[in-house]
Amino acid sequence: MNKRRPYVRPMTGWWRKNPFFIEYMIHEGTALFVAAYALVLLAGLVCLAQGEAAWNGWLGALRHPLAILFHLVTLAMLSYHSWTWFKIMPKTMPPVVLGGRRLPAAAITGGGLAAVALASIAALGLVWGMTR
Amino acid sequence: MADKTITVEVLRYRPEQDPAPEFQRYQVPFSDDMSVLQALLYIKDELDETLSFRWSCRMAICGSCGMMINGDPKLSCKTFLRDIHPATVRVEALNHFPIERDLVVVMDDFIDKLERIQPYIIPAEPRSLDQGAYLQTPAQLDKYEQFSSCINCLLCYAACPQYGLNPTFIGPGALALLHRYNADSRDGASAQRMELVAAEEGVFNCTAVGYCSEVCPKHVDPANAVNQNKTTAAADYFARFLKPKGSGK
Amino acid sequence: MRRPLKRSNAPIFWGLFGAGGMLSALLGPVLVLITGLAVPLGLLFGSDAMSYQNMLAFAQNWLGKAFAFAVVSLFLWHAGHRIFHSLHDIGIHGGPLAKLVCYGGALLGTLVAAFSLLSIGF
Repeated sequence: MNKRRPYVRPMTGWWRKNPFFIEYMIHEGTALFVAAYALVLLAGLVCLAQGEAAWNGWLGALRHPLAILFHLVTLAMLSYHSWTWFKIMPKTMPPVVLGGRRLPAAAITGGGLAAVALASIAALGLVWGMTR
Repeated sequence: MADKTITVEVLRYRPEQDPAPEFQRYQVPFSDDMSVLQALLYIKDELDETLSFRWSCRMAICGSCGMMINGDPKLSCKTFLRDIHPATVRVEALNHFPIERDLVVVMDDFIDKLERIQPYIIPAEPRSLDQGAYLQTPAQLDKYEQFSSCINCLLCYAACPQYGLNPTFIGPGALALLHRYNADSRDGASAQRMELVAAEEGVFNCTAVGYCSEVCPKHVDPANAVNQNKTTAAADYFARFLKPKGSGK
Repeated sequence: MRRPLKRSNAPIFWGLFGAGGMLSALLGPVLVLITGLAVPLGLLFGSDAMSYQNMLAFAQNWLGKAFAFAVVSLFLWHAGHRIFHSLHDIGIHGGPLAKLVCYGGALLGTLVAAFSLLSIGF
Protein backbone atom coordinates (compact mmCIF):
# COMPACT_ATOMS: atom_id res chain seq x y z
CA MET A 1 0.00 0.00 0.00
CA ASN A 2 1.16 3.53 -0.79
CA LYS A 3 2.16 5.32 2.41
CA ARG A 4 2.35 8.72 0.69
CA ARG A 5 -0.22 11.19 1.95
CA PRO A 6 0.95 14.70 0.95
CA TYR A 7 -0.50 17.32 3.25
CA VAL A 8 -1.86 20.52 1.67
CA ARG A 9 -1.95 23.50 4.00
CA PRO A 10 -4.87 25.96 3.72
CA MET A 11 -4.41 29.56 2.49
CA THR A 12 -6.91 31.11 4.90
CA GLY A 13 -5.72 34.42 6.32
CA TRP A 14 -2.39 34.29 4.41
CA TRP A 15 -2.28 38.08 4.06
CA ARG A 16 -2.40 38.59 7.84
CA LYS A 17 0.70 36.47 8.44
CA ASN A 18 3.42 38.66 6.98
CA PRO A 19 4.01 42.46 7.18
CA PHE A 20 4.87 42.44 3.47
CA PHE A 21 1.44 41.03 2.64
CA ILE A 22 -0.35 43.40 5.04
CA GLU A 23 1.23 46.33 3.19
CA TYR A 24 0.23 44.73 -0.13
CA MET A 25 -3.41 44.49 0.98
CA ILE A 26 -3.38 48.13 2.13
CA HIS A 27 -2.04 49.40 -1.18
CA GLU A 28 -4.50 47.20 -3.07
CA GLY A 29 -7.18 48.65 -0.78
CA THR A 30 -6.51 52.16 -2.10
CA ALA A 31 -8.62 51.01 -5.08
CA LEU A 32 -11.74 51.33 -2.89
CA PHE A 33 -10.98 55.04 -2.48
CA VAL A 34 -10.14 55.50 -6.17
CA ALA A 35 -13.54 53.95 -6.95
CA ALA A 36 -15.37 56.05 -4.35
CA TYR A 37 -13.78 59.28 -5.62
CA ALA A 38 -14.62 58.36 -9.24
CA LEU A 39 -18.24 57.81 -8.15
CA VAL A 40 -18.31 61.25 -6.47
CA LEU A 41 -17.06 62.82 -9.71
CA LEU A 42 -19.52 60.73 -11.74
CA ALA A 43 -22.37 62.02 -9.56
CA GLY A 44 -21.07 65.53 -10.28
CA LEU A 45 -21.15 64.89 -14.03
CA VAL A 46 -24.73 63.58 -13.83
CA CYS A 47 -25.76 66.67 -11.79
CA LEU A 48 -23.98 68.98 -14.22
CA ALA A 49 -25.93 67.43 -17.11
CA GLN A 50 -29.20 67.90 -15.19
CA GLY A 51 -28.81 71.66 -14.74
CA GLU A 52 -27.83 74.43 -12.34
CA ALA A 53 -30.01 73.40 -9.38
CA ALA A 54 -28.72 69.82 -9.37
CA TRP A 55 -25.11 71.03 -9.74
CA ASN A 56 -25.46 73.43 -6.80
CA GLY A 57 -26.94 70.57 -4.76
CA TRP A 58 -23.83 68.47 -5.50
CA LEU A 59 -21.52 71.40 -4.64
CA GLY A 60 -23.42 71.89 -1.37
CA ALA A 61 -23.07 68.21 -0.50
CA LEU A 62 -19.29 68.52 -0.93
CA ARG A 63 -19.24 71.15 1.84
CA HIS A 64 -20.79 68.75 4.37
CA PRO A 65 -18.29 67.93 7.18
CA LEU A 66 -18.58 64.22 6.35
CA ALA A 67 -17.71 64.94 2.70
CA ILE A 68 -14.67 66.95 3.86
CA LEU A 69 -13.63 64.06 6.13
CA PHE A 70 -14.13 61.58 3.27
CA HIS A 71 -11.94 63.68 0.97
CA LEU A 72 -9.23 64.02 3.63
CA VAL A 73 -9.05 60.23 3.98
CA THR A 74 -9.23 59.83 0.19
CA LEU A 75 -6.37 62.32 -0.24
CA ALA A 76 -4.25 60.22 2.12
CA MET A 77 -5.15 56.95 0.40
CA LEU A 78 -4.59 58.29 -3.13
CA SER A 79 -1.25 59.74 -2.08
CA TYR A 80 -0.36 56.30 -0.73
CA HIS A 81 -1.46 54.83 -4.07
CA SER A 82 0.88 57.26 -5.91
CA TRP A 83 3.78 56.36 -3.64
CA THR A 84 3.29 52.59 -3.90
CA TRP A 85 2.56 52.75 -7.66
CA PHE A 86 5.95 54.28 -8.36
CA LYS A 87 7.68 52.21 -5.67
CA ILE A 88 6.64 49.02 -7.52
CA MET A 89 7.35 50.52 -10.95
CA PRO A 90 11.03 49.40 -11.19
CA LYS A 91 9.84 45.81 -10.73
CA THR A 92 7.16 46.11 -13.40
CA MET A 93 8.98 47.73 -16.32
CA PRO A 94 11.78 46.67 -18.65
CA PRO A 95 15.22 47.94 -17.61
CA VAL A 96 16.01 51.46 -18.78
CA VAL A 97 19.54 51.70 -20.14
CA LEU A 98 21.00 55.19 -20.23
CA GLY A 99 24.50 55.69 -21.60
CA GLY A 100 25.25 51.98 -21.34
CA ARG A 101 24.21 51.79 -17.67
CA ARG A 102 21.03 50.51 -16.11
CA LEU A 103 18.92 53.15 -14.41
CA PRO A 104 18.77 52.21 -10.70
CA ALA A 105 15.38 51.43 -9.13
CA ALA A 106 15.52 54.52 -6.92
CA ALA A 107 15.88 56.75 -9.99
CA ILE A 108 12.74 55.25 -11.59
CA THR A 109 10.72 55.68 -8.38
CA GLY A 110 12.15 59.17 -7.91
CA GLY A 111 11.33 60.10 -11.50
CA GLY A 112 7.75 58.94 -11.02
CA LEU A 113 7.32 60.91 -7.81
CA ALA A 114 8.85 63.98 -9.47
CA ALA A 115 6.26 63.56 -12.25
CA VAL A 116 3.51 63.49 -9.59
CA ALA A 117 4.87 66.73 -8.09
CA LEU A 118 5.09 68.41 -11.50
CA ALA A 119 1.61 67.25 -12.57
CA SER A 120 0.18 68.45 -9.25
CA ILE A 121 1.77 71.89 -9.52
CA ALA A 122 0.66 72.15 -13.16
CA ALA A 123 -2.92 71.19 -12.25
CA LEU A 124 -3.05 73.68 -9.37
CA GLY A 125 -1.59 76.41 -11.59
CA LEU A 126 -3.99 75.65 -14.40
CA VAL A 127 -7.06 75.77 -12.13
CA TRP A 128 -5.73 78.92 -10.45
CA GLY A 129 -5.24 80.56 -13.86
CA MET A 130 -8.63 79.48 -15.19
CA THR A 131 -10.55 80.77 -12.17
CA ARG A 132 -8.88 84.20 -12.05
CA MET B 1 32.57 25.72 21.19
CA ALA B 2 28.85 25.49 21.82
CA ASP B 3 28.34 28.00 24.58
CA LYS B 4 24.67 28.85 24.01
CA THR B 5 21.49 26.93 23.30
CA ILE B 6 18.59 27.91 21.07
CA THR B 7 15.07 26.52 20.86
CA VAL B 8 14.22 25.10 17.45
CA GLU B 9 10.57 24.38 16.65
CA VAL B 10 10.12 22.13 13.64
CA LEU B 11 6.84 21.42 11.88
CA ARG B 12 6.77 17.60 11.85
CA TYR B 13 4.62 15.53 9.54
CA ARG B 14 4.93 11.77 9.30
CA PRO B 15 2.11 10.64 6.98
CA GLU B 16 2.03 7.13 8.44
CA GLN B 17 1.24 8.39 11.95
CA ASP B 18 0.35 12.13 12.03
CA PRO B 19 -3.16 13.12 10.92
CA ALA B 20 -1.84 16.71 10.45
CA PRO B 21 1.51 18.53 10.87
CA GLU B 22 2.48 19.55 14.41
CA PHE B 23 5.37 21.48 15.92
CA GLN B 24 8.06 19.67 17.88
CA ARG B 25 10.63 21.53 20.02
CA TYR B 26 14.33 20.81 20.34
CA GLN B 27 17.07 22.47 22.38
CA VAL B 28 20.16 22.92 20.24
CA PRO B 29 23.59 24.02 21.52
CA PHE B 30 25.13 26.41 19.02
CA SER B 31 28.09 28.63 18.22
CA ASP B 32 28.05 31.88 16.25
CA ASP B 33 29.10 30.26 12.98
CA MET B 34 26.16 27.83 12.86
CA SER B 35 23.36 28.01 10.30
CA VAL B 36 19.77 26.81 10.73
CA LEU B 37 20.70 23.88 8.47
CA GLN B 38 23.47 22.93 10.91
CA ALA B 39 20.94 23.05 13.76
CA LEU B 40 18.74 20.61 11.83
CA LEU B 41 21.76 18.36 11.18
CA TYR B 42 22.55 18.44 14.90
CA ILE B 43 18.96 17.41 15.68
CA LYS B 44 19.13 14.54 13.19
CA ASP B 45 22.54 13.34 14.41
CA GLU B 46 22.12 13.80 18.16
CA LEU B 47 18.46 14.16 19.13
CA ASP B 48 15.99 12.68 16.66
CA GLU B 49 17.03 10.63 13.66
CA THR B 50 13.45 10.56 12.29
CA LEU B 51 13.58 14.21 11.16
CA SER B 52 13.52 14.56 7.34
CA PHE B 53 14.78 17.51 5.30
CA ARG B 54 16.55 18.17 1.99
CA TRP B 55 20.04 19.59 1.79
CA SER B 56 23.21 19.24 -0.17
CA CYS B 57 25.85 21.91 -0.72
CA ARG B 58 25.64 24.02 2.49
CA MET B 59 26.75 27.07 0.49
CA ALA B 60 23.63 28.55 -1.15
CA ILE B 61 24.19 27.16 -4.62
CA CYS B 62 22.29 23.85 -4.81
CA GLY B 63 18.89 25.29 -3.87
CA SER B 64 17.82 22.22 -1.85
CA CYS B 65 17.43 23.54 1.69
CA GLY B 66 14.68 26.15 1.25
CA MET B 67 12.19 26.29 4.12
CA MET B 68 10.04 28.73 6.06
CA ILE B 69 12.15 30.20 8.87
CA ASN B 70 10.13 32.27 11.31
CA GLY B 71 7.55 32.80 8.58
CA ASP B 72 9.84 33.82 5.72
CA PRO B 73 11.04 31.61 2.88
CA LYS B 74 14.82 31.24 3.30
CA LEU B 75 17.74 28.97 2.50
CA SER B 76 18.51 27.33 5.85
CA CYS B 77 22.23 27.14 5.00
CA LYS B 78 22.32 30.92 4.57
CA THR B 79 20.35 31.82 7.72
CA PHE B 80 22.38 32.03 10.91
CA LEU B 81 21.30 31.10 14.43
CA ARG B 82 23.16 34.09 15.90
CA ASP B 83 20.81 36.43 14.00
CA ILE B 84 17.74 34.79 15.55
CA HIS B 85 18.95 34.05 19.11
CA PRO B 86 17.56 34.55 21.77
CA ALA B 87 14.25 34.14 19.92
CA THR B 88 12.98 30.71 18.92
CA VAL B 89 13.70 29.36 15.44
CA ARG B 90 10.45 28.21 13.89
CA VAL B 91 11.03 26.00 10.86
CA GLU B 92 8.32 24.80 8.47
CA ALA B 93 8.21 23.21 5.03
CA LEU B 94 8.06 25.74 2.16
CA ASN B 95 4.63 27.36 1.90
CA HIS B 96 2.25 26.64 -0.98
CA PHE B 97 3.62 23.13 -1.63
CA PRO B 98 2.13 19.90 -0.30
CA ILE B 99 4.21 18.44 2.54
CA GLU B 100 5.63 15.00 1.72
CA ARG B 101 7.25 14.52 5.14
CA ASP B 102 8.48 16.99 7.77
CA LEU B 103 10.39 19.70 5.84
CA VAL B 104 10.30 17.87 2.51
CA VAL B 105 7.78 19.24 -0.01
CA VAL B 106 6.31 17.67 -3.14
CA MET B 107 7.87 19.60 -6.01
CA ASP B 108 6.50 17.61 -8.97
CA ASP B 109 4.36 20.58 -9.99
CA PHE B 110 7.40 22.84 -10.36
CA ILE B 111 9.39 20.20 -12.27
CA ASP B 112 6.46 19.85 -14.66
CA LYS B 113 6.34 23.63 -15.16
CA LEU B 114 10.07 23.81 -15.67
CA GLU B 115 9.67 21.38 -18.55
CA ARG B 116 6.82 23.35 -20.08
CA ILE B 117 8.77 26.63 -20.38
CA GLN B 118 11.40 24.97 -22.63
CA PRO B 119 14.37 26.12 -20.52
CA TYR B 120 17.05 25.78 -23.18
CA ILE B 121 18.26 27.82 -26.14
CA ILE B 122 16.24 27.14 -29.28
CA PRO B 123 18.08 28.89 -32.15
CA ALA B 124 15.98 30.74 -34.71
CA GLU B 125 17.82 28.91 -37.48
CA PRO B 126 19.81 25.69 -37.33
CA ARG B 127 23.51 26.38 -36.96
CA SER B 128 26.44 24.19 -37.95
CA LEU B 129 29.74 23.78 -36.11
CA ASP B 130 31.81 25.48 -38.82
CA GLN B 131 29.86 28.70 -38.22
CA GLY B 132 31.78 28.92 -34.96
CA ALA B 133 30.76 30.13 -31.53
CA TYR B 134 27.97 32.60 -30.91
CA LEU B 135 29.22 36.08 -30.17
CA GLN B 136 27.42 38.16 -27.59
CA THR B 137 28.06 41.74 -26.51
CA PRO B 138 28.11 42.72 -22.80
CA ALA B 139 24.84 44.61 -23.41
CA GLN B 140 23.22 41.43 -24.80
CA LEU B 141 24.50 39.44 -21.82
CA ASP B 142 23.15 42.05 -19.43
CA LYS B 143 19.61 41.50 -20.76
CA TYR B 144 19.36 37.97 -19.32
CA GLU B 145 22.31 37.43 -16.96
CA GLN B 146 20.48 38.10 -13.68
CA PHE B 147 17.68 35.70 -14.67
CA SER B 148 20.21 32.93 -15.30
CA SER B 149 21.27 32.96 -11.63
CA CYS B 150 18.18 30.99 -10.57
CA ILE B 151 18.98 27.87 -8.52
CA ASN B 152 15.39 26.50 -8.50
CA CYS B 153 15.19 26.77 -4.71
CA LEU B 154 11.43 27.54 -4.83
CA LEU B 155 11.62 30.36 -2.26
CA CYS B 156 9.80 32.63 -4.75
CA TYR B 157 6.96 30.10 -5.02
CA ALA B 158 6.67 29.99 -1.23
CA ALA B 159 6.56 33.83 -1.32
CA CYS B 160 3.90 34.04 -4.03
CA PRO B 161 0.32 34.14 -2.70
CA GLN B 162 -1.03 33.93 -6.25
CA TYR B 163 0.67 30.54 -6.69
CA GLY B 164 -0.71 29.46 -3.31
CA LEU B 165 -4.22 30.53 -4.30
CA ASN B 166 -4.04 29.09 -7.81
CA PRO B 167 -1.41 26.36 -8.34
CA THR B 168 -2.08 26.27 -12.10
CA PHE B 169 -0.18 29.61 -12.29
CA ILE B 170 3.23 28.93 -13.89
CA GLY B 171 4.73 31.03 -11.10
CA PRO B 172 7.70 33.37 -10.58
CA GLY B 173 10.69 31.01 -10.83
CA ALA B 174 9.71 29.21 -14.03
CA LEU B 175 8.62 32.46 -15.68
CA ALA B 176 11.93 34.11 -14.74
CA LEU B 177 13.75 31.22 -16.39
CA LEU B 178 11.46 31.46 -19.41
CA HIS B 179 12.40 35.12 -19.66
CA ARG B 180 16.08 34.21 -19.30
CA TYR B 181 15.86 32.27 -22.59
CA ASN B 182 13.54 34.74 -24.34
CA ALA B 183 15.94 37.57 -23.54
CA ASP B 184 18.99 35.68 -24.83
CA SER B 185 20.19 36.91 -28.24
CA ARG B 186 21.02 33.30 -29.23
CA ASP B 187 17.43 32.15 -28.70
CA GLY B 188 14.63 32.42 -31.25
CA ALA B 189 11.70 30.76 -29.50
CA SER B 190 9.92 33.70 -27.81
CA ALA B 191 6.90 33.25 -30.08
CA GLN B 192 6.77 29.54 -29.21
CA ARG B 193 6.83 30.31 -25.48
CA MET B 194 4.25 33.09 -25.85
CA GLU B 195 1.39 30.57 -25.85
CA LEU B 196 2.20 29.72 -22.23
CA VAL B 197 3.05 33.30 -21.19
CA ALA B 198 -0.29 34.63 -22.50
CA ALA B 199 -2.38 31.67 -21.33
CA GLU B 200 -4.73 31.70 -18.37
CA GLU B 201 -1.97 29.91 -16.44
CA GLY B 202 0.51 32.63 -17.48
CA VAL B 203 1.78 36.01 -16.38
CA PHE B 204 -1.59 37.67 -15.75
CA ASN B 205 -2.09 35.72 -12.52
CA CYS B 206 0.59 37.96 -11.03
CA THR B 207 -0.65 40.98 -9.06
CA ALA B 208 2.82 42.48 -8.56
CA VAL B 209 3.04 41.61 -4.87
CA GLY B 210 6.82 41.63 -5.37
CA TYR B 211 7.67 39.42 -2.40
CA CYS B 212 9.22 36.81 -4.75
CA SER B 213 11.99 39.25 -5.68
CA GLU B 214 12.41 40.19 -2.03
CA VAL B 215 13.15 36.62 -0.89
CA CYS B 216 15.24 35.48 -3.88
CA PRO B 217 18.69 34.51 -2.54
CA LYS B 218 20.26 35.07 -5.97
CA HIS B 219 18.74 38.52 -6.79
CA VAL B 220 17.04 37.16 -9.89
CA ASP B 221 14.08 39.58 -9.53
CA PRO B 222 11.41 37.18 -10.85
CA ALA B 223 8.72 39.87 -10.39
CA ASN B 224 10.46 41.94 -13.05
CA ALA B 225 10.64 38.98 -15.47
CA VAL B 226 6.94 38.24 -15.00
CA ASN B 227 5.87 41.86 -15.40
CA GLN B 228 8.03 42.50 -18.47
CA ASN B 229 6.21 39.59 -20.03
CA LYS B 230 2.81 41.09 -19.19
CA THR B 231 3.74 43.94 -21.51
CA THR B 232 4.91 41.63 -24.30
CA ALA B 233 1.85 39.36 -23.86
CA ALA B 234 -0.47 42.39 -24.03
CA ALA B 235 1.30 43.65 -27.17
CA ASP B 236 0.95 40.17 -28.69
CA TYR B 237 -2.73 40.10 -27.73
CA PHE B 238 -3.55 43.33 -29.54
CA ALA B 239 -1.16 42.78 -32.45
CA ARG B 240 -3.35 39.88 -33.61
CA PHE B 241 -6.03 42.37 -34.57
CA LEU B 242 -3.63 44.41 -36.68
CA LYS B 243 -2.32 41.52 -38.76
CA PRO B 244 -4.00 40.82 -42.11
CA LYS B 245 -6.44 37.91 -42.13
CA GLY B 246 -5.04 34.50 -42.94
CA SER B 247 -1.51 35.31 -41.76
CA GLY B 248 -1.76 32.72 -38.99
CA LYS B 249 -1.74 33.44 -35.28
CA MET C 1 -4.47 16.19 -16.45
CA ARG C 2 -2.97 19.19 -18.22
CA ARG C 3 -5.63 21.47 -19.67
CA PRO C 4 -5.13 22.72 -23.22
CA LEU C 5 -3.80 26.27 -23.09
CA LYS C 6 -6.37 29.02 -23.47
CA ARG C 7 -5.33 32.61 -24.17
CA SER C 8 -6.15 34.96 -21.31
CA ASN C 9 -8.33 37.99 -22.02
CA ALA C 10 -6.62 39.83 -19.18
CA PRO C 11 -4.65 42.23 -21.45
CA ILE C 12 -7.81 44.33 -22.03
CA PHE C 13 -8.54 44.71 -18.32
CA TRP C 14 -4.89 44.85 -17.33
CA GLY C 15 -4.34 47.64 -19.88
CA LEU C 16 -7.24 49.68 -18.51
CA PHE C 17 -6.02 48.96 -14.96
CA GLY C 18 -2.56 50.24 -15.84
CA ALA C 19 -3.81 53.35 -17.61
CA GLY C 20 -6.15 54.21 -14.73
CA GLY C 21 -3.47 53.41 -12.17
CA MET C 22 -1.00 55.73 -13.86
CA LEU C 23 -3.54 58.55 -14.25
CA SER C 24 -4.72 58.25 -10.63
CA ALA C 25 -1.13 58.05 -9.37
CA LEU C 26 -0.17 61.22 -11.26
CA LEU C 27 -3.32 63.29 -10.76
CA GLY C 28 -5.49 61.55 -8.13
CA PRO C 29 -4.16 63.36 -5.04
CA VAL C 30 -4.22 66.84 -6.59
CA LEU C 31 -7.73 66.33 -7.99
CA VAL C 32 -9.02 65.28 -4.56
CA LEU C 33 -7.25 68.29 -3.08
CA ILE C 34 -8.91 70.66 -5.58
CA THR C 35 -12.45 69.26 -5.91
CA GLY C 36 -12.87 67.73 -2.47
CA LEU C 37 -11.04 70.12 -0.14
CA ALA C 38 -9.83 73.45 -1.60
CA VAL C 39 -12.99 74.43 -3.47
CA PRO C 40 -15.58 73.28 -0.86
CA LEU C 41 -13.57 74.98 1.90
CA GLY C 42 -13.02 78.12 -0.18
CA LEU C 43 -9.22 77.83 -0.01
CA LEU C 44 -6.65 78.72 -2.71
CA PHE C 45 -9.23 79.46 -5.39
CA GLY C 46 -12.27 81.75 -5.38
CA SER C 47 -15.42 80.30 -3.84
CA ASP C 48 -17.05 80.21 -7.28
CA ALA C 49 -14.16 78.28 -8.84
CA MET C 50 -16.49 75.38 -9.56
CA SER C 51 -19.59 77.43 -10.28
CA TYR C 52 -22.20 76.04 -12.70
CA GLN C 53 -21.09 78.43 -15.46
CA ASN C 54 -17.40 77.55 -15.04
CA MET C 55 -17.96 73.81 -14.98
CA LEU C 56 -20.46 73.89 -17.85
CA ALA C 57 -17.90 75.76 -19.96
CA PHE C 58 -15.27 73.21 -18.90
CA ALA C 59 -17.47 70.24 -19.81
CA GLN C 60 -18.53 71.80 -23.12
CA ASN C 61 -14.93 72.19 -24.21
CA TRP C 62 -13.84 69.01 -26.01
CA LEU C 63 -10.59 68.89 -24.05
CA GLY C 64 -12.38 69.27 -20.71
CA LYS C 65 -14.90 66.64 -21.80
CA ALA C 66 -12.17 64.18 -22.74
CA PHE C 67 -10.33 64.80 -19.47
CA ALA C 68 -13.43 64.34 -17.29
CA PHE C 69 -14.33 61.17 -19.19
CA ALA C 70 -10.82 59.73 -18.92
CA VAL C 71 -10.60 60.43 -15.19
CA VAL C 72 -13.96 58.95 -14.23
CA SER C 73 -13.81 55.97 -16.59
CA LEU C 74 -10.17 54.97 -16.13
CA PHE C 75 -10.31 55.42 -12.34
CA LEU C 76 -13.27 53.02 -12.31
CA TRP C 77 -11.55 50.42 -14.55
CA HIS C 78 -8.39 50.65 -12.43
CA ALA C 79 -10.32 50.19 -9.20
CA GLY C 80 -12.60 47.48 -10.62
CA HIS C 81 -9.67 45.33 -11.75
CA ARG C 82 -7.79 45.77 -8.48
CA ILE C 83 -10.85 45.02 -6.36
CA PHE C 84 -11.56 41.93 -8.52
CA HIS C 85 -8.08 40.60 -7.71
CA SER C 86 -8.39 41.55 -4.04
CA LEU C 87 -11.60 39.54 -3.82
CA HIS C 88 -9.63 36.57 -5.19
CA ASP C 89 -6.90 37.30 -2.63
CA ILE C 90 -9.32 37.09 0.30
CA GLY C 91 -10.88 33.90 -1.02
CA ILE C 92 -13.74 35.06 -3.26
CA HIS C 93 -12.59 33.49 -6.51
CA GLY C 94 -13.55 35.25 -9.74
CA GLY C 95 -17.15 34.10 -9.89
CA PRO C 96 -19.61 35.65 -12.36
CA LEU C 97 -20.97 37.88 -9.57
CA ALA C 98 -17.52 39.31 -8.73
CA LYS C 99 -16.91 39.94 -12.45
CA LEU C 100 -20.32 41.57 -12.85
CA VAL C 101 -19.81 43.90 -9.88
CA CYS C 102 -16.18 44.89 -10.66
CA TYR C 103 -16.09 45.10 -14.45
CA GLY C 104 -19.82 45.61 -14.97
CA GLY C 105 -19.69 48.50 -12.51
CA ALA C 106 -16.79 50.09 -14.37
CA LEU C 107 -18.59 49.66 -17.70
CA LEU C 108 -21.81 51.13 -16.31
CA GLY C 109 -19.91 54.11 -14.86
CA THR C 110 -18.20 54.62 -18.22
CA LEU C 111 -21.54 54.64 -20.04
CA VAL C 112 -23.16 57.02 -17.54
CA ALA C 113 -20.16 59.37 -17.78
CA ALA C 114 -20.27 59.27 -21.60
CA PHE C 115 -24.02 59.85 -21.66
CA SER C 116 -23.82 62.77 -19.20
CA LEU C 117 -20.95 64.44 -21.04
CA LEU C 118 -22.67 64.04 -24.41
CA SER C 119 -25.95 65.43 -23.10
CA ILE C 120 -24.09 68.50 -21.78
CA GLY C 121 -23.36 69.26 -25.45
CA PHE C 122 -20.48 71.04 -27.13
